Amino acid sequence: MEHHDVVIIGGGPAGLTLAWELAQAGRKDVVVLEREKEAGGIPRHCGHGGFGLYNSWRTHKGPTFARLLRERVASLDVRTGTTVLNFAMNGNLRVHSARGIDELAAKIVVLATGTRESSRAARLIGGNKIAGVMNTGELQQRVYLNHEKPFDRPVIIGSEWVSFSSLLTCRHAGMKPVAMITEEAKLDAPGIFGLGARFVFGAPVMRKTSLLSINGHQKVESITVTRNGATKTIACDGVILSGKFRSESTLYADGYLERDGWAPKVTDEFRTSRPNILAVGNVLGHLERSGTCMLQARALARMMTA
Amino acid sequence: MSERFDIAVIGCGVVGLAILRRLALSGLKCLALEKGADILSGASKGNSALLHTGFDAPPKSLELKCMQAGYAEYLGIRQKLNLPLLETSAIVAAWNDEELAKLEGIEKKARANNVTDVRRLSPTELRIREPQMSKAALGGLLVPGEHVIDPWSAPLAYANQAMAHGAKIIRNAEVKLATYKKGEWLLGTEQGEITARIVINAAGLFGDKVEALAREPGFTIKPRKGQFVVFDKPASKLLRAILLPVPTERTKGVVLFRTIFGNLAIGPTADETDERDNATTDKATLEKLKARALEMVPALKDVDVTAIYAGLRPATEQSEYIIEADADKNWITVAGIRSTGLTGSLGIAQHVATLYGKNFGKLAKKLPEPKFTPVPNLAEHGIRPYMKGGEIICHCEWVTRGEIEAALKGPLPAGDLAGLKRRTRATMGRCQGFYCAAHVSAAFEKARHGTS
Repeated sequence: MEHHDVVIIGGGPAGLTLAWELAQAGRKDVVVLEREKEAGGIPRHCGHGGFGLYNSWRTHKGPTFARLLRERVASLDVRTGTTVLNFAMNGNLRVHSARGIDELAAKIVVLATGTRESSRAARLIGGNKIAGVMNTGELQQRVYLNHEKPFDRPVIIGSEWVSFSSLLTCRHAGMKPVAMITEEAKLDAPGIFGLGARFVFGAPVMRKTSLLSINGHQKVESITVTRNGATKTIACDGVILSGKFRSESTLYADGYLERDGWAPKVTDEFRTSRPNILAVGNVLGHLERSGTCMLQARALARMMTA
Repeated sequence: MSERFDIAVIGCGVVGLAILRRLALSGLKCLALEKGADILSGASKGNSALLHTGFDAPPKSLELKCMQAGYAEYLGIRQKLNLPLLETSAIVAAWNDEELAKLEGIEKKARANNVTDVRRLSPTELRIREPQMSKAALGGLLVPGEHVIDPWSAPLAYANQAMAHGAKIIRNAEVKLATYKKGEWLLGTEQGEITARIVINAAGLFGDKVEALAREPGFTIKPRKGQFVVFDKPASKLLRAILLPVPTERTKGVVLFRTIFGNLAIGPTADETDERDNATTDKATLEKLKARALEMVPALKDVDVTAIYAGLRPATEQSEYIIEADADKNWITVAGIRSTGLTGSLGIAQHVATLYGKNFGKLAKKLPEPKFTPVPNLAEHGIRPYMKGGEIICHCEWVTRGEIEAALKGPLPAGDLAGLKRRTRATMGRCQGFYCAAHVSAAFEKARHGTS
């Protein structure tokens, strides 16, 4: 069985930055486990710009940014296509890779598993179970990685930062959103983006409105929304369920770590309820931009090497 | 010229496929026709996946007979077909005095139905068996033989075994016309004409419509919709037994049960609907279901919802199964098979074979040794392909690329994306496709364009 000083679970901006910072500080025995075929995390499929704001003077598109992150750690032990299945009873990691399942022991495990949007099911949105309903994450992969155009006139549910990423993704693929629908009274993202939705993309923003059901036979035909007790049907051919991010909690959701909502409960020093397990980045439950996750990872690296 | 068959089964739900298997094993030349793009696209795609003992079925009914025969045959063949069994047992739980008073009657009925291993549980015994169950329960009836199975792999295995014995399955083949002439049926389908000596109507939610093509239907399908909420995997550790409610006059009620895929689910509701192929969920009902689950097992409050779904049961105006042969028209009707159809299917198939023998000629006594065609295991507690390596595509359900590719090949490849999900579990986990749906549908499109 392999033993390592530090094992980082998740090769996104937080995990890769932590590995790099630890290497700079002289920690040699550090392994990053990434379940996707390529490291880089969510930026891999964010085809629009704006990445890198906090650690350099220039910004990049997501895929370029992900590539730069990868290049920086090219000489480090980053294992892609490698999934941590769960924690074994003895605290070791059960790890899946192409060759099968191995157990791996680490002095310190760092969770950097990130976050994902809540699914339709978790939001208990009724109606028909049909194709054409997806999170921003799936939309981006379809558009930027598979070069698909999943629909023409979708509605976007949510008004968080990522909802505007959905708008940009739609524009990139030539889709014209019909409306942006939010339960909030105000847009969660800065006002300029709301103006953007209205004037640049021509999509009206409906506030204090919630999605009741998704309707259609073989594919999406309309949605039913409710506002102040009144319901309304809006024709569309797709639904993008954006935002409502929640920590990717699979590895500790069974009670292995104490939780705060879906996130692991942590101290100011990124310590979870188990002494050898730390957590960093978006798994902590606040959706932060990549740059912020990287700054967190740098802070953690300093604590770990102090 | 159309191809001639001994048997044409209309409908590839679990019932149609079990019948196809039974008659193909009996040496008849069989065909099954399915309206949808894949098998199991009607009532069989959304049920509670329980293997019932029949303890609460109407005594002496055909339903009970088929369920108990089906139960026994499933246990007999499941290992050879690699079909899973999660031995959970069930507890009929009483939550108030009125329900508590009804347990005695339920116990008597169970014994009358020859389910003799049932026994009463005191509140203390309940707490020992199910420590996470709400303390509000006043007592229960333990039914040890109730189990959980895989609702999709079982009928797929029946289809595969039927095909190994020469049966043919045609999908996207809605039957539009049926003419009976000189002891033979000519069926007009979307995929051309079919000639068959005997037609078996197992069209489920469209049973009355198909019946009307041939004869005056003696029943009307009145679909009953059931909605379900599925909790994430940590929930399955909170409950061992299937928690059944004390039934009311109208419905068997909402059940809390572990699934074969390692989740915990609650459902079904029983809503009358006019829709036959459109099972919708609604937010208010889903919220009520979730709340009810939390009442029964309070620790569920810390577990997220993984999936929601609705299924339709092909109920008719009568509660009993309708299974009859029309000897003058070479027609067998199998209708009104509701929530017990998954358990009853193999027993129904035995019954249909008997009807065939009585009305349409003896079935061969000496049969060739059956060929068994094991299906890949999808059950969480069994051995799954990822354990030997490979590339995991669906991270929540640990589905490998190899499994997805295998489900898109072979004698009965997945006919649509929904069928691929039923064959592999891909995208059915907690993220519901955030990470993998784009890759899974790309694999599906690639396989489809590669073969067509």
